[in-house]
Amino acid sequence: MAAEGGKIDPMHQFLIEPLFGRTWEIAGYNIAFTNSALFMVVTLACIWLFMLGGMKRELVPGRWQAAVEGCTGFIANMMHANIGPKGKAFTPYVFSLFMFILVANLVGMLPLGIVPGLHAFTVTSHLTVTGVLAIITFAIVLIVGFGKHGLHFFSLFVPQGTPMLMVPLLFVIELFSFLVRPFSLGLRLFVAMTAGHILLKVLAGFVISGANAGIGTALIVSIPSFVLMIGITLLELLVCAIQAYVFALLASLYLNDAINLH
Amino acid sequence: MPQIAQIVETYASQIFWLLVTFGLIYFVIGRAMLPRIQATVESRDGKIADDIAAAHKAHAEADETEAAYRARIDAARAAAQKATQEAKAEAARDAEVRVKAADAELAAKIAEADTRIAAAQAEALAGIAEVAAEAAQDIVSKVSGATVSRDEAAGAVAAALANG
Repeated sequence: MAAEGGKIDPMHQFLIEPLFGRTWEIAGYNIAFTNSALFMVVTLACIWLFMLGGMKRELVPGRWQAAVEGCTGFIANMMHANIGPKGKAFTPYVFSLFMFILVANLVGMLPLGIVPGLHAFTVTSHLTVTGVLAIITFAIVLIVGFGKHGLHFFSLFVPQGTPMLMVPLLFVIELFSFLVRPFSLGLRLFVAMTAGHILLKVLAGFVISGANAGIGTALIVSIPSFVLMIGITLLELLVCAIQAYVFALLASLYLNDAINLH
Repeated sequence: MPQIAQIVETYASQIFWLLVTFGLIYFVIGRAMLPRIQATVESRDGKIADDIAAAHKAHAEADETEAAYRARIDAARAAAQKATQEAKAEAARDAEVRVKAADAELAAKIAEADTRIAAAQAEALAGIAEVAAEAAQDIVSKVSGATVSRDEAAGAVAAALANG
């Protein structure tokens, strides 16, 4: 959070600042290592460390191993329930997606602002990131769909038992809803994370501004805002998990369409 | 909103680092670590299923053994009962035979004793007649002084005995 001219800017948390490598370029594109990149690497490290604890491969799992197996089993079961045995090939992708979004969301919620000079950054609150994840997922769906069924994949847009008269209309509607999928997928996560973080920062601004304005305002504004913030923070933690789950669930459902058609 | 305001200047860096980190997550964690964890879970599930199957098998075997044991116990009991009955029957037959033999022996002894008694009675009766005849001879000679022959005395004794 930054106080610029006494005003607290709730959008500052989304600002991308290059940390080093400002001049790094690939094919003319700047690839500076930014705070966003740092938090992606932190996310990667967290997931890797978490998974490393599950690699003991004991017959009777310890707590950590049980936690890791709970996560992998959760996604594996979801893939099996939504796609069937063929979904096993896509479990690594959906698991990576789920873990990346979940951990990035949670890392973004860490109260790192307490340490001076550190700002928590939520990777998944950036449209670029969620958009790329959505596009990769959609691309996999398209590649698998057309690779497996060829042009027959278009039959996905005609639900079974449709009267002939309705086919052209339904085809257009279904095609449109299909094409909207990557946008809804990417935007949902981006909006959920952005909105939650803005709300938290606005409330935090109330707490600080109220406290600065005097004891009376602190009592009326700061304390209720703070209590509300605790509730919203808990809600946000829930949203972190739910958004990761929703993204993974929708990815598995879209993959199911591509693999099994109907 | 920096996400949109900064998109032109930062999208290349964002996408690059996302592809790097997400690629590492996918290939290192998703494709290398995840299958091994899944394999551990599967091997455990398999082991549990195997153990349960083995336990079921052992249970069935135990049931079978118990049934066999029961059958053998029943057979042994039946055989023992049969043997007991046979022994009882044999003992009864044996006892009967021996009782019959003893009866026969006793009957023979009784018959022998009867004949001996009859002989002794006859002998005694003969003795009485002779003594009576002698006594009659003596009595007649002492009372009357007449002498009676032995045959006359014997005839008189026989007549008196016959009259009672």
